[in-house]
Amino acid sequence: MTKIVYIQPDGTRVTVDAAPGDTVMSAALAGDVDGIVGECGGNMMCATCHVHVEESAARRLPAMTDDEDQMLACTDAPRTAHSRLSCQLPTDEPMVVTVPGSPT
Amino acid sequence: MKPDATVVIAGAGQGGFQVAASLRERGHVGPVVLIGDEPGLPYQRPPLSKNFLLQPRTQIELRPHSFYERRHIELRHARVAAIDRSTRRVRLTDGHTLAYDHLVLATGARNRTPPIEGVTLDGIVQVRTRDDAEHLRARLPATSRLAIIGAGFIGMEVAAAGAKAGTETTVIEALHRPMARAVSPVTSTHVADLHRAQGTRLCLGRTVVRLDGDHTGAVTGVLLHDGRLVPADLVVVGVGVTPAVELATDAGLDVGDGIRVDAYLSTSDPHISAVGDCAEFPNTHTGTRTRLESIQNAVDQARCVAARLTGTPAPYTAVPWFWTEQFSTKLQIAGLGQGHEDSTVLGDPAGGSFSVLLFKGGLLAGVESVNAPADHTAARRILAFGRPLRRAETTADGFSLPQWAGRHCRNQDRTAAAHDPVDAGAGRTADMG
Repeated sequence: MTKIVYIQPDGTRVTVDAAPGDTVMSAALAGDVDGIVGECGGNMMCATCHVHVEESAARRLPAMTDDEDQMLACTDAPRTAHSRLSCQLPTDEPMVVTVPGSPT
Repeated sequence: MKPDATVVIAGAGQGGFQVAASLRERGHVGPVVLIGDEPGLPYQRPPLSKNFLLQPRTQIELRPHSFYERRHIELRHARVAAIDRSTRRVRLTDGHTLAYDHLVLATGARNRTPPIEGVTLDGIVQVRTRDDAEHLRARLPATSRLAIIGAGFIGMEVAAAGAKAGTETTVIEALHRPMARAVSPVTSTHVADLHRAQGTRLCLGRTVVRLDGDHTGAVTGVLLHDGRLVPADLVVVGVGVTPAVELATDAGLDVGDGIRVDAYLSTSDPHISAVGDCAEFPNTHTGTRTRLESIQNAVDQARCVAARLTGTPAPYTAVPWFWTEQFSTKLQIAGLGQGHEDSTVLGDPAGGSFSVLLFKGGLLAGVESVNAPADHTAARRILAFGRPLRRAETTADGFSLPQWAGRHCRNQDRTAAAHDPVDAGAGRTADMG
């Protein structure tokens, strides 16, 4: 079990124990974390699992693919230098991510 | 609707689930009852014809049990058997009766069963529910020859899974190219080539006469109208769906190709709405009444109804989008390009990354992107609130959809489009550049 911390737009922190094989997106859904929708089921089609990743974690994560880079143009909350799609992020190490906001 | 009103949702697929989730997200405090006839928690259907067939551990539940508990969304495992509009009550198949202030019909669709001799033989399966997909997944490893009737999205996705599983796979389709109703010839051809390169046989322009079986009642092959027999020990039938409208018809609601709703997704009874595959709505993108079978449509219509019920009514105008994935090739579709008169191809089909821009009346109506997500996201923005894109502009050397969208669409409008459809609708005709 790896602890993933999700910081909500209002500052609330939600900690989820990710199961082996989980992505940061699937762990959020299983852990009932608000603001991560994952509408396409992790296929890089919808950009509704947008998170901001802390710089320290960003360095050890797998590099962004072109597809992920291009889908990040489609997020609800504005993209920043820390933006990633959480369906592309493994949970093999503990991590803190920020949820930029949720559609209603 | 009062904040303490009871909302009953018939159907716990993606649309029904989203109505419940969005009502709570928007602060509705009254009872929310989500009624679904399948066992387990509400789940996503798109993976059922893709990863789920190959990977037993694919997670498809939309949310865990705690989601429903925390939000006081009551899940009922039953089906609505009848609606009594005069007393605003529904009768469930488990014998219970529920009163509603507002009823949302999210009954979805059912797979069409073609009237073919032999269709009830053992080894003939469909893919709609989790049970269907589990059944197919269990049989796939022991299958030596898989035949698929219907080359729509589902048929082609299952064909890809079959080929990946190492099964000899044949797709039979009455039309002359795969996904012919949904995509342009350029895209059809590309997808057909992908499948052929993996060894899948495509029998196009062929209709099925009969399914043959052995003395045990197990299917052995598919007989085509040209006399050819396609041997198969497993046959997947994917020939489209019919919307589940019986409940609405029996209740005396207006029903056409689906349950008829107005621009706000209200049925002919103001206390009843309909969303998703079952709803026939006035489509602002085509100017016709349509029914769409997609996740995007189910989710955005659900949000539209939840917004109206919680005091912010707006007509439904979301840009339709669809996707499919076959052999790691992503096809993303924005808008509705069916019936187009012209097209422009951007990129390089031979290289496996391109977009087909489809024009009606000289203006962009839809974009099919193959392994080109930047084009897809740009197309969604343009169709939502860019100024209309004329074909003549797209044939210039070096034309790029993302660059054009960057110049002519305001980025921050994307959120507004999803939540303020009135503005988005205006944006389609006004020059935003």
